[in-house]
Amino acid sequence: MAEITLVEAVRAALAHALEEDPAVVILGEDVGTDGGVFRATEGLWQRFGSARVRDTPLSEAAIAGVAVGLAAQGFRPVAEIQFQGFIHPALDQLANHAARLRNRTRGRLGCPMVLRAPFGAGVHAPEHHSESIEAIFAHIPGLKLVIPSSPARAYGLLLAAIRDPDPVVFFEPTRIYRAGREEVALDGASLPLGRAFTLRAGGDLTLVSWGAAVREALAAAEALSGEGIEVEVIDLATLRPWDAEAVLGSVRRTGRCVILHEAPRTGGFGAEVAARIAEEALDSLLAPIRRVTAPDIVPPLLRLEHLYLPQVDDVIAAAREVMQWR
Amino acid sequence: MQDRPAAEEIVARFEIARTAFLDPDGTPRAPLPDFARDRGSLVAMYRAMLLARAFDARAVALQRTGRLGTYPSALGQEAVAVGTAAAMAPGDLLVPSFREHGAQIMRGVRMEELFLYWGGDERGSDFRDQREDFPVCVPVGTQYPHAAGVALAFQLRGEDRVAVAVGGDGSTSRGDFAEALNIAGVWKLPAVFVVANNGWAISVPREAQSAAQTLAQKAVAAGIPEQQCDGNDVIAVRATVAAALARARAGQGPSLIECLTYRLADHTTADDASRYRDDAAVSARWAEEPVRRLRAHLARAHGWSAAEEEALHAGIAAEVDAATEAYLATPPQPATAIVDYLYAALPPDLARLRARLEGQDG
Ligand SMILES: Cc1ncc(C[n+]2csc(CCOP(=O)(O)OP(=O)(O)O)c2C)c(N)n1
Ligand SMILES: [Mg+2]
Repeated sequence: MAEITLVEAVRAALAHALEEDPAVVILGEDVGTDGGVFRATEGLWQRFGSARVRDTPLSEAAIAGVAVGLAAQGFRPVAEIQFQGFIHPALDQLANHAARLRNRTRGRLGCPMVLRAPFGAGVHAPEHHSESIEAIFAHIPGLKLVIPSSPARAYGLLLAAIRDPDPVVFFEPTRIYRAGREEVALDGASLPLGRAFTLRAGGDLTLVSWGAAVREALAAAEALSGEGIEVEVIDLATLRPWDAEAVLGSVRRTGRCVILHEAPRTGGFGAEVAARIAEEALDSLLAPIRRVTAPDIVPPLLRLEHLYLPQVDDVIAAAREVMQWR
Repeated sequence: MQDRPAAEEIVARFEIARTAFLDPDGTPRAPLPDFARDRGSLVAMYRAMLLARAFDARAVALQRTGRLGTYPSALGQEAVAVGTAAAMAPGDLLVPSFREHGAQIMRGVRMEELFLYWGGDERGSDFRDQREDFPVCVPVGTQYPHAAGVALAFQLRGEDRVAVAVGGDGSTSRGDFAEALNIAGVWKLPAVFVVANNGWAISVPREAQSAAQTLAQKAVAAGIPEQQCDGNDVIAVRATVAAALARARAGQGPSLIECLTYRLADHTTADDASRYRDDAAVSARWAEEPVRRLRAHLARAHGWSAAEEEALHAGIAAEVDAATEAYLATPPQPATAIVDYLYAALPPDLARLRARLEGQDG
């Protein structure tokens, strides 16, 4: 057991994977001597050497494409894109190759790679460092998409992603990299991909979220409990393939649902969650589904950034509205 | 040079060399490398080029009769694929684009598999005998980083193997090409990047693709060796690729090879090249094509006879016929195949879809 932050959990999982499987190779910009700009790979280069912890040129398409080639050869590359805002050149390799290699060769070649990237707003970062574009990746068949919301889930889910035989995109919320510590058993145990985590039980309303926003979800649930509203908080954790059964089961019990995400509203993954509830659990709904999201805007630079992120009060207001429906 | 300002000095220079052994009429213009003095190996390459051409002709015929999808012929470029594959060892790995069937066939991909792929059946990329080569790559240029990754795998395992990527002139304008050469150079990866410069990227001519005098010189910026060769001279292609493979095996890193060839066919069966290029100009390029060139050399230097030629053609026709029959007789995939290979284990939503598809024909 160790009391660690989320970024330390990421580092511990990477170290464990490097230790247990010689096929694991880490590659990315500044991941070696510098230990990564967020220190996620700190000490790994010193411990495992430059063959397995590799600084790459500044070359996002090559980072992803080299990972595809390595993975097709049976390695388990864990590639880092320094910030999600710079992942677009790698998207081609992910969508056109990593996601399809198994299918297009009928299983002859697999692609057991992980692509990690820090993401999200709220850390007063420069331009292009605050986006949440997970919905783009959630839309691609053949990929898996994981977003941890706590140190324990970062540790267990990243290990699962590395051990998974298919390509996994793993987005790490920078806002909670060091926001809190948690006891994590560093025993190499993974957590299941494709399963949601119910973080708080409640019978009145289902609150679905993922990533850094889970903090606001839990804070809102705590406050609402004081008003007599018991909220069930579900952390989706894996957005593809996502655990629809967990959400539908909860909504069938509570009859109400609020979805909270940090990404812009239109086409956000919350729309998929809402649509699925409407398709399969409409009879259970006692009120319309509400989404609490960022507006459909470019993330403002740091002076106006506070207008971007959904706040705890926004969640509380949405929950009250849903509870008071008719 | 005497006008150079005092503040300047030359810090780098480059020259690009081109290799050619056979003139367009088949006359040797330089002493031939060892392999090219051996009748058997010349005949093997000659046969492989003829087979590639016969495969192309059949594929186009199948497409024209509604039994194949859109197909990219390699007519006139056979020497690039065949020379490249002839230089490679079986344990090397080919990362092709989409016009290298000549190389794929030589490396153990069955013709019926290629028919299946171009006929719209994914099983065509599940090569039964060739388990490691990459399948055809349609997104232009995206294959180069894969070769770098495969080469890194070879390097990490300490294996004596080389990854060979092939692409077209148009692909050299893409970032993936530059990024792959660059990272392979930094890491001294055992990789060879072969560019089949056939003069065209669909309708865009080579000179509209890049202001660079040669495409080979794009290697200079990545700090890796380059060579241009006559891509219609299979001896030159093989010798040039072989030298690059030897460098890679010796730990000297990657190379870029530009093969000068010409696309005699339409871009694909969906293309009509007369919309953008002159038929007369194309006809003139027939004088340089690689098959007749090697045949002329074989006849002159090795007594290649009409009877041998006839027997070769008969054998190839029988092989292509057999592959065509095998292709056309392949039973369809079950409908469940559309979900079965997406992930190693079926996620619940796909499992539900699969249950609905169970028992249906594809
Ligand atoms: C990234 C990408 N852009 C566009 C296309 C459409 N396209 C297919 S082939 C081609 C031209 C390729 O030219 P070149 O690289 O010279 O290869 P060639 O077709 O001549 O063999 C184009 C534009 C594509 N397949 N991929
Ligand atoms: Mg071309």
